[in-house]
Amino acid sequence: MEFNATLIGEMIAFAILIWFCVHFIWPHISKAIEERQIKIAEGLNAAERAHAELKDADNKVAAEIKQARQQAAEIIDRAQQQANQILEKARTDAVVEINRQKAAAQDDIASMAQRAREELRERVGALAVQGASKIVQREIDPAAHKVLLDQLAAEI
Amino acid sequence: MASEPQGGLTEYITHHLHHFKPVQISEKDFWSVHIDSLTVSLALGVVFCLWFWSKARKATSGVPSKGQAFVEIVLEFVDGQVKDVFHGDRSFLAPLALTVFVWVFLMNAMDLLPVDLLPLITHKVGIGHFRSVPTADLNLTFAMSLTVFLLVIFYSFKAKGFGGYMHELFTAPFGSHPLLWIPNFLLNLVELLSKPVSLSMRLFGNMYAGELVFMLIAGLFSAGSWLLFGMGVIGYTVWGIFHILIIGIQAFIFMVLTIVYISMAHDHH
Repeated sequence: MEFNATLIGEMIAFAILIWFCVHFIWPHISKAIEERQIKIAEGLNAAERAHAELKDADNKVAAEIKQARQQAAEIIDRAQQQANQILEKARTDAVVEINRQKAAAQDDIASMAQRAREELRERVGALAVQGASKIVQREIDPAAHKVLLDQLAAEI
Repeated sequence: MASEPQGGLTEYITHHLHHFKPVQISEKDFWSVHIDSLTVSLALGVVFCLWFWSKARKATSGVPSKGQAFVEIVLEFVDGQVKDVFHGDRSFLAPLALTVFVWVFLMNAMDLLPVDLLPLITHKVGIGHFRSVPTADLNLTFAMSLTVFLLVIFYSFKAKGFGGYMHELFTAPFGSHPLLWIPNFLLNLVELLSKPVSLSMRLFGNMYAGELVFMLIAGLFSAGSWLLFGMGVIGYTVWGIFHILIIGIQAFIFMVLTIVYISMAHDHH
Protein backbone atom coordinates (compact mmCIF):
# COMPACT_ATOMS: atom_id res chain seq x y z
CA MET A 1 0.00 0.00 0.00
CA GLU A 2 1.39 3.28 -0.94
CA PHE A 3 0.01 6.71 -1.40
CA ASN A 4 0.48 8.51 -4.65
CA ALA A 5 -1.09 11.13 -6.88
CA THR A 6 -4.20 8.97 -7.15
CA LEU A 7 -5.17 10.51 -3.83
CA ILE A 8 -5.15 14.01 -5.26
CA GLY A 9 -6.91 12.92 -8.42
CA GLU A 10 -9.64 11.24 -6.44
CA MET A 11 -10.05 14.24 -4.17
CA ILE A 12 -10.58 16.45 -7.20
CA ALA A 13 -12.97 13.91 -8.67
CA PHE A 14 -14.88 13.71 -5.41
CA ALA A 15 -15.11 17.50 -5.19
CA ILE A 16 -16.43 17.69 -8.75
CA LEU A 17 -19.01 15.01 -8.04
CA ILE A 18 -20.17 16.87 -4.93
CA TRP A 19 -20.34 20.13 -6.86
CA PHE A 20 -22.32 18.50 -9.65
CA CYS A 21 -24.73 16.88 -7.22
CA VAL A 22 -25.23 20.10 -5.24
CA HIS A 23 -25.97 22.16 -8.32
CA PHE A 24 -27.55 19.92 -10.91
CA ILE A 25 -29.11 16.95 -9.20
CA TRP A 26 -30.33 17.71 -5.72
CA PRO A 27 -32.19 21.00 -6.26
CA HIS A 28 -34.24 19.74 -9.21
CA ILE A 29 -35.34 16.52 -7.61
CA SER A 30 -36.05 17.97 -4.19
CA LYS A 31 -37.96 20.83 -5.83
CA ALA A 32 -40.09 18.29 -7.68
CA ILE A 33 -40.68 16.40 -4.46
CA GLU A 34 -41.61 19.52 -2.52
CA GLU A 35 -43.95 20.71 -5.26
CA ARG A 36 -45.60 17.33 -5.30
CA GLN A 37 -45.98 17.46 -1.53
CA ILE A 38 -47.75 20.80 -1.88
CA LYS A 39 -49.92 19.42 -4.67
CA ILE A 40 -50.86 16.40 -2.61
CA ALA A 41 -51.67 18.57 0.39
CA GLU A 42 -53.86 20.78 -1.81
CA GLY A 43 -55.50 17.73 -3.30
CA LEU A 44 -56.31 16.35 0.13
CA ASN A 45 -57.70 19.70 1.23
CA ALA A 46 -59.80 19.93 -1.92
CA ALA A 47 -61.10 16.43 -1.36
CA GLU A 48 -62.06 17.30 2.21
CA ARG A 49 -63.75 20.49 1.06
CA ALA A 50 -65.59 18.63 -1.68
CA HIS A 51 -66.71 16.07 0.86
CA ALA A 52 -68.11 18.81 3.11
CA GLU A 53 -69.79 20.49 0.15
CA LEU A 54 -71.31 17.20 -0.89
CA LYS A 55 -72.71 16.77 2.59
CA ASP A 56 -74.18 20.28 2.48
CA ALA A 57 -75.68 19.62 -0.93
CA ASP A 58 -77.15 16.35 0.28
CA ASN A 59 -78.75 18.11 3.22
CA LYS A 60 -80.10 20.83 0.96
CA VAL A 61 -81.50 18.30 -1.46
CA ALA A 62 -83.15 16.40 1.36
CA ALA A 63 -84.72 19.60 2.70
CA GLU A 64 -85.95 20.57 -0.73
CA ILE A 65 -87.40 17.15 -1.38
CA LYS A 66 -89.22 17.36 1.92
CA GLN A 67 -90.59 20.80 1.05
CA ALA A 68 -91.64 19.66 -2.40
CA ARG A 69 -93.42 16.69 -0.95
CA GLN A 70 -95.26 18.95 1.47
CA GLN A 71 -96.26 21.31 -1.33
CA ALA A 72 -97.43 18.42 -3.45
CA ALA A 73 -99.55 17.17 -0.59
CA GLU A 74 -101.07 20.63 -0.15
CA ILE A 75 -101.81 20.88 -3.86
CA ILE A 76 -103.47 17.51 -3.85
CA ASP A 77 -105.58 18.49 -0.83
CA ARG A 78 -106.64 21.68 -2.48
CA ALA A 79 -107.42 19.91 -5.72
CA GLN A 80 -109.56 17.40 -3.88
CA GLN A 81 -111.44 20.15 -2.08
CA GLN A 82 -111.97 21.94 -5.35
CA ALA A 83 -113.16 18.77 -6.98
CA ASN A 84 -115.60 18.23 -4.14
CA GLN A 85 -116.85 21.77 -4.43
CA ILE A 86 -117.30 21.43 -8.18
CA LEU A 87 -119.10 18.15 -7.72
CA GLU A 88 -121.36 19.64 -5.08
CA LYS A 89 -122.11 22.62 -7.26
CA ALA A 90 -122.82 20.39 -10.25
CA ARG A 91 -125.14 18.31 -8.15
CA THR A 92 -127.14 21.31 -6.91
CA ASP A 93 -127.19 22.76 -10.40
CA ALA A 94 -128.47 19.51 -11.71
CA VAL A 95 -131.21 19.39 -9.08
CA VAL A 96 -132.25 22.94 -9.90
CA GLU A 97 -132.24 22.14 -13.60
CA ILE A 98 -134.26 19.02 -13.05
CA ASN A 99 -136.81 20.90 -11.00
CA ARG A 100 -136.93 23.62 -13.59
CA GLN A 101 -137.38 21.13 -16.41
CA LYS A 102 -139.95 19.27 -14.40
CA ALA A 103 -141.91 22.47 -13.74
CA ALA A 104 -141.69 23.43 -17.40
CA ALA A 105 -142.93 20.00 -18.41
CA GLN A 106 -145.78 20.17 -15.94
CA ASP A 107 -146.71 23.63 -17.29
CA ASP A 108 -146.63 22.25 -20.79
CA ILE A 109 -148.72 19.32 -19.79
CA ALA A 110 -151.18 21.56 -18.02
CA SER A 111 -151.48 23.98 -20.91
CA MET A 112 -151.75 21.16 -23.41
CA ALA A 113 -154.47 19.55 -21.34
CA GLN A 114 -156.21 22.90 -21.14
CA ARG A 115 -155.97 23.32 -24.89
CA ALA A 116 -157.18 19.83 -25.49
CA ARG A 117 -160.08 20.48 -23.18
CA GLU A 118 -160.93 23.68 -25.00
CA GLU A 119 -160.74 21.98 -28.35
CA LEU A 120 -162.77 19.13 -27.09
CA ARG A 121 -165.33 21.50 -25.80
CA GLU A 122 -165.55 23.27 -29.14
CA ARG A 123 -165.68 19.99 -31.00
CA VAL A 124 -168.41 18.77 -28.63
CA GLY A 125 -170.33 22.00 -29.23
CA ALA A 126 -169.96 21.54 -32.96
CA LEU A 127 -170.96 17.91 -32.70
CA ALA A 128 -173.89 18.83 -30.54
CA VAL A 129 -174.99 21.42 -33.10
CA GLN A 130 -174.50 18.92 -35.90
CA GLY A 131 -176.37 16.28 -34.00
CA ALA A 132 -179.14 18.63 -33.06
CA SER A 133 -179.46 19.89 -36.62
CA LYS A 134 -179.67 16.35 -37.83
CA ILE A 135 -182.33 15.72 -35.31
CA VAL A 136 -184.42 18.79 -36.19
CA GLN A 137 -183.57 18.38 -39.89
CA ARG A 138 -182.64 21.90 -40.38
CA GLU A 139 -180.00 24.36 -40.11
CA ILE A 140 -179.37 25.74 -36.74
CA ASP A 141 -177.83 29.09 -36.70
CA PRO A 142 -174.85 28.75 -34.41
CA ALA A 143 -174.89 32.50 -33.86
CA ALA A 144 -178.51 32.37 -32.66
CA HIS A 145 -177.87 29.65 -30.28
CA LYS A 146 -174.46 30.63 -29.26
CA VAL A 147 -175.47 31.18 -25.67
CA LEU A 148 -177.08 27.79 -25.49
CA LEU A 149 -174.10 26.14 -27.07
CA ASP A 150 -171.64 27.80 -24.79
CA GLN A 151 -173.72 26.69 -21.87
CA LEU A 152 -173.56 23.17 -23.14
CA ALA A 153 -169.81 23.31 -23.69
CA ALA A 154 -169.28 24.62 -20.22
CA GLU A 155 -171.23 21.78 -18.84
CA ILE A 156 -169.18 19.15 -20.60
CA MET B 1 -6.30 -17.45 -14.01
CA ALA B 2 -6.15 -14.36 -16.03
CA SER B 3 -2.58 -13.65 -16.75
CA GLU B 4 0.01 -15.87 -15.13
CA PRO B 5 -1.03 -19.49 -15.34
CA GLN B 6 2.26 -20.82 -14.07
CA GLY B 7 1.83 -19.27 -10.59
CA GLY B 8 0.15 -20.75 -7.56
CA LEU B 9 -2.55 -19.23 -5.36
CA THR B 10 -0.14 -16.83 -3.66
CA GLU B 11 1.09 -15.53 -6.94
CA TYR B 12 -2.46 -15.31 -8.28
CA ILE B 13 -3.46 -13.16 -5.34
CA THR B 14 -0.39 -10.95 -5.26
CA HIS B 15 -0.84 -10.43 -8.96
CA HIS B 16 -4.41 -9.31 -8.40
CA LEU B 17 -3.35 -6.92 -5.69
CA HIS B 18 -1.24 -4.90 -8.08
CA HIS B 19 -2.64 -1.68 -9.37
CA PHE B 20 -2.44 -0.65 -12.97
CA LYS B 21 0.26 2.00 -12.75
CA PRO B 22 1.72 2.71 -16.16
CA VAL B 23 4.09 5.47 -15.08
CA GLN B 24 6.20 4.30 -12.20
CA ILE B 25 9.69 5.53 -11.88
CA SER B 26 10.46 3.87 -8.59
CA GLU B 27 8.56 2.08 -5.82
CA LYS B 28 8.56 5.27 -3.76
CA ASP B 29 7.41 7.53 -6.55
CA PHE B 30 4.49 9.73 -5.53
CA TRP B 31 3.70 11.12 -8.95
CA SER B 32 2.33 7.98 -10.42
CA VAL B 33 -1.31 7.13 -10.44
CA HIS B 34 -3.47 4.03 -10.14
CA ILE B 35 -5.16 4.25 -13.50
CA ASP B 36 -7.51 1.40 -12.60
CA SER B 37 -8.88 3.08 -9.46
CA LEU B 38 -9.17 6.39 -11.25
CA THR B 39 -10.85 4.97 -14.32
CA VAL B 40 -13.37 2.85 -12.49
CA SER B 41 -14.20 5.50 -9.88
CA LEU B 42 -14.55 8.24 -12.48
CA ALA B 43 -16.64 6.01 -14.71
CA LEU B 44 -18.92 5.22 -11.78
CA GLY B 45 -19.00 8.89 -10.82
CA VAL B 46 -20.11 9.72 -14.34
CA VAL B 47 -22.68 6.94 -14.19
CA PHE B 48 -24.03 8.40 -10.96
CA CYS B 49 -24.13 11.94 -12.36
CA LEU B 50 -25.72 11.02 -15.67
CA TRP B 51 -28.21 8.69 -14.07
CA PHE B 52 -29.42 11.12 -11.42
CA TRP B 53 -29.07 14.14 -13.67
CA SER B 54 -31.18 12.55 -16.41
CA LYS B 55 -33.91 11.99 -13.83
CA ALA B 56 -33.45 15.44 -12.28
CA ARG B 57 -33.71 17.14 -15.66
CA LYS B 58 -37.07 15.57 -16.39
CA ALA B 59 -38.24 15.66 -12.78
CA THR B 60 -41.91 16.44 -12.61
CA SER B 61 -44.02 17.29 -9.61
CA GLY B 62 -46.83 15.30 -11.21
CA VAL B 63 -46.92 11.55 -11.45
CA PRO B 64 -43.27 10.41 -11.49
CA SER B 65 -41.90 7.74 -13.79
CA LYS B 66 -40.55 4.61 -12.15
CA GLY B 67 -36.99 5.78 -12.66
CA GLN B 68 -37.74 9.13 -11.09
CA ALA B 69 -39.55 7.44 -8.22
CA PHE B 70 -36.50 5.28 -7.52
CA VAL B 71 -34.18 8.28 -7.56
CA GLU B 72 -36.60 10.10 -5.28
CA ILE B 73 -36.68 7.18 -2.86
CA VAL B 74 -32.87 7.25 -2.61
CA LEU B 75 -32.96 11.01 -2.21
CA GLU B 76 -35.62 10.94 0.48
CA PHE B 77 -33.76 8.21 2.32
CA VAL B 78 -30.54 10.23 2.37
CA ASP B 79 -32.40 13.42 3.22
CA GLY B 80 -34.08 11.65 6.12
CA GLN B 81 -30.73 10.53 7.47
CA VAL B 82 -29.35 14.06 7.22
CA LYS B 83 -32.48 15.52 8.80
CA ASP B 84 -32.16 13.18 11.78
CA VAL B 85 -28.63 14.29 12.58
CA PHE B 86 -28.25 17.82 11.30
CA HIS B 87 -30.65 20.64 12.10
CA GLY B 88 -29.71 23.40 9.75
CA ASP B 89 -29.55 24.29 6.09
CA ARG B 90 -29.24 20.98 4.28
CA SER B 91 -28.72 22.40 0.81
CA PHE B 92 -25.06 21.35 0.81
CA LEU B 93 -24.84 18.53 3.32
CA ALA B 94 -27.71 16.51 1.87
CA PRO B 95 -26.37 16.39 -1.71
CA LEU B 96 -22.93 15.66 -0.30
CA ALA B 97 -24.35 12.72 1.60
CA LEU B 98 -26.17 11.55 -1.52
CA THR B 99 -22.96 11.70 -3.55
CA VAL B 100 -21.06 9.79 -0.89
CA PHE B 101 -23.72 7.14 -0.55
CA VAL B 102 -24.35 6.42 -4.22
CA TRP B 103 -20.74 6.72 -5.32
CA VAL B 104 -19.38 4.51 -2.57
CA PHE B 105 -22.18 2.03 -3.14
CA LEU B 106 -21.46 1.81 -6.85
CA MET B 107 -17.72 1.41 -6.26
CA ASN B 108 -18.30 -1.22 -3.60
CA ALA B 109 -20.64 -3.00 -5.99
CA MET B 110 -17.73 -3.54 -8.35
CA ASP B 111 -16.74 -6.22 -5.86
CA LEU B 112 -19.70 -8.26 -7.05
CA LEU B 113 -18.25 -8.58 -10.54
CA PRO B 114 -16.28 -11.79 -10.86
CA VAL B 115 -12.75 -10.98 -9.62
CA ASP B 116 -11.20 -12.02 -12.90
CA LEU B 117 -13.67 -10.35 -15.25
CA LEU B 118 -12.20 -6.88 -15.62
CA PRO B 119 -8.55 -8.09 -15.38
CA LEU B 120 -9.33 -10.61 -18.14
CA ILE B 121 -10.74 -7.91 -20.38
CA THR B 122 -7.92 -5.47 -19.72
CA HIS B 123 -5.38 -8.24 -20.26
CA LYS B 124 -6.68 -8.55 -23.82
CA VAL B 125 -5.69 -4.93 -24.46
CA GLY B 126 -2.30 -5.41 -22.86
CA ILE B 127 -2.85 -4.25 -19.30
CA GLY B 128 -1.53 -6.90 -16.96
CA HIS B 129 -2.70 -5.54 -13.62
CA PHE B 130 -6.17 -4.23 -12.99
CA ARG B 131 -8.06 -3.90 -9.72
CA SER B 132 -11.72 -3.25 -10.27
CA VAL B 133 -12.76 -2.10 -6.77
CA PRO B 134 -11.69 1.51 -6.19
CA THR B 135 -12.80 1.45 -2.55
CA ALA B 136 -10.24 -1.29 -1.90
CA ASP B 137 -7.60 1.29 -2.75
CA LEU B 138 -6.44 3.38 0.20
CA ASN B 139 -5.84 6.32 -2.12
CA LEU B 140 -9.52 6.57 -2.90
CA THR B 141 -10.85 6.05 0.62
CA PHE B 142 -8.36 8.56 1.99
CA ALA B 143 -9.20 10.99 -0.79
CA MET B 144 -12.81 10.89 0.29
CA SER B 145 -12.14 11.02 4.01
CA LEU B 146 -9.63 13.85 3.63
CA THR B 147 -12.16 15.82 1.60
CA VAL B 148 -14.65 15.26 4.39
CA PHE B 149 -11.93 16.27 6.87
CA LEU B 150 -11.33 19.51 4.99
CA LEU B 151 -15.06 20.17 5.03
CA VAL B 152 -15.11 19.53 8.78
CA ILE B 153 -12.31 22.07 9.28
CA PHE B 154 -14.04 24.52 6.96
CA TYR B 155 -17.38 24.25 8.72
CA SER B 156 -15.75 24.44 12.14
CA PHE B 157 -14.28 27.79 11.20
CA LYS B 158 -17.45 28.89 9.46
CA ALA B 159 -19.77 27.99 12.34
CA LYS B 160 -17.60 29.17 15.24
CA GLY B 161 -15.29 31.71 13.71
CA PHE B 162 -11.51 31.50 13.98
CA GLY B 163 -11.45 32.64 17.60
CA GLY B 164 -14.30 30.45 18.66
CA TYR B 165 -12.82 27.37 17.07
CA MET B 166 -9.38 28.02 18.60
CA HIS B 167 -11.01 28.60 21.95
CA GLU B 168 -12.79 25.30 21.65
CA LEU B 169 -9.64 23.46 20.57
CA PHE B 170 -7.71 24.69 23.59
CA THR B 171 -10.34 24.77 26.33
CA ALA B 172 -12.61 21.80 25.66
CA PRO B 173 -13.08 19.25 27.10
CA PHE B 174 -11.09 19.69 30.35
CA GLY B 175 -11.41 23.38 31.07
CA SER B 176 -9.97 26.79 30.33
CA HIS B 177 -7.09 26.78 32.82
CA PRO B 178 -3.85 27.71 30.95
CA LEU B 179 -2.17 24.54 32.20
CA LEU B 180 -4.85 22.49 30.48
CA TRP B 181 -4.47 24.13 27.09
CA ILE B 182 -1.86 21.70 25.82
CA PRO B 183 -3.67 18.51 26.95
CA ASN B 184 -6.91 19.88 25.55
CA PHE B 185 -5.32 20.64 22.22
CA LEU B 186 -3.57 17.27 21.99
CA LEU B 187 -6.79 15.43 22.72
CA ASN B 188 -8.70 17.47 20.19
CA LEU B 189 -5.98 16.89 17.63
CA VAL B 190 -6.19 13.13 18.12
CA GLU B 191 -9.95 13.27 17.93
CA LEU B 192 -9.83 15.36 14.78
CA LEU B 193 -7.23 13.23 13.03
CA SER B 194 -8.84 9.95 14.00
CA LYS B 195 -11.93 10.90 12.02
CA PRO B 196 -10.53 10.69 8.48
CA VAL B 197 -8.30 7.75 9.40
CA SER B 198 -11.10 5.66 10.86
CA LEU B 199 -13.50 6.70 8.12
CA SER B 200 -11.21 5.63 5.31
CA MET B 201 -9.65 2.61 7.00
CA ARG B 202 -13.05 1.13 7.80
CA LEU B 203 -14.21 1.26 4.20
CA PHE B 204 -10.86 0.19 2.84
CA GLY B 205 -10.51 -2.68 5.28
CA ASN B 206 -13.95 -4.08 4.55
CA MET B 207 -13.59 -3.86 0.80
CA TYR B 208 -10.01 -5.09 0.72
CA ALA B 209 -10.89 -8.07 2.89
CA GLY B 210 -13.94 -8.80 0.79
CA GLU B 211 -11.90 -8.70 -2.38
CA LEU B 212 -9.27 -10.96 -0.82
CA VAL B 213 -11.86 -13.53 0.21
CA PHE B 214 -13.28 -13.51 -3.31
CA MET B 215 -9.76 -14.16 -4.63
CA LEU B 216 -9.17 -16.99 -2.18
CA ILE B 217 -12.42 -18.63 -3.15
CA ALA B 218 -11.68 -18.05 -6.83
CA GLY B 219 -8.40 -19.90 -6.25
CA LEU B 220 -10.46 -23.04 -5.61
CA PHE B 221 -11.72 -23.01 -9.19
CA SER B 222 -8.31 -23.97 -10.50
CA ALA B 223 -7.30 -26.22 -7.62
CA GLY B 224 -7.63 -29.25 -9.90
CA SER B 225 -10.43 -31.15 -8.17
CA TRP B 226 -14.15 -31.15 -8.97
CA LEU B 227 -14.96 -31.24 -5.27
CA LEU B 228 -12.95 -28.09 -4.64
CA PHE B 229 -14.47 -26.53 -7.74
CA GLY B 230 -17.95 -27.21 -6.38
CA MET B 231 -16.99 -25.78 -3.00
CA GLY B 232 -15.64 -22.76 -4.82
CA VAL B 233 -18.95 -22.23 -6.63
CA ILE B 234 -20.91 -22.53 -3.39
CA GLY B 235 -18.46 -20.38 -1.44
CA TYR B 236 -18.39 -17.70 -4.10
CA THR B 237 -22.19 -17.57 -4.18
CA VAL B 238 -22.56 -17.43 -0.40
CA TRP B 239 -19.86 -14.81 0.02
CA GLY B 240 -21.31 -12.81 -2.89
CA ILE B 241 -24.75 -12.73 -1.31
CA PHE B 242 -23.26 -11.78 2.05
CA HIS B 243 -21.20 -9.13 0.34
CA ILE B 244 -24.31 -7.43 -1.03
CA LEU B 245 -25.12 -6.64 2.58
CA ILE B 246 -21.60 -5.39 3.27
CA ILE B 247 -21.39 -3.03 0.33
CA GLY B 248 -24.67 -1.41 1.31
CA ILE B 249 -23.77 -1.19 4.97
CA GLN B 250 -20.34 0.28 4.28
CA ALA B 251 -21.76 2.88 1.91
CA PHE B 252 -24.39 3.73 4.50
CA ILE B 253 -21.84 3.97 7.35
CA PHE B 254 -19.57 6.19 5.30
CA MET B 255 -22.49 8.47 4.52
CA VAL B 256 -23.80 8.62 8.07
CA LEU B 257 -20.35 9.31 9.54
CA THR B 258 -19.79 12.04 6.97
CA ILE B 259 -23.05 13.65 8.06
CA VAL B 260 -22.21 13.21 11.73
CA TYR B 261 -18.71 14.67 11.44
CA ILE B 262 -19.87 17.71 9.50
CA SER B 263 -22.83 18.33 11.77
CA MET B 264 -20.50 18.00 14.80
CA ALA B 265 -18.41 20.75 13.25
CA HIS B 266 -21.49 22.97 13.53
CA ASP B 267 -22.03 22.17 17.20
CA HIS B 268 -20.72 24.46 19.89
CA HIS B 269 -19.16 23.07 23.00
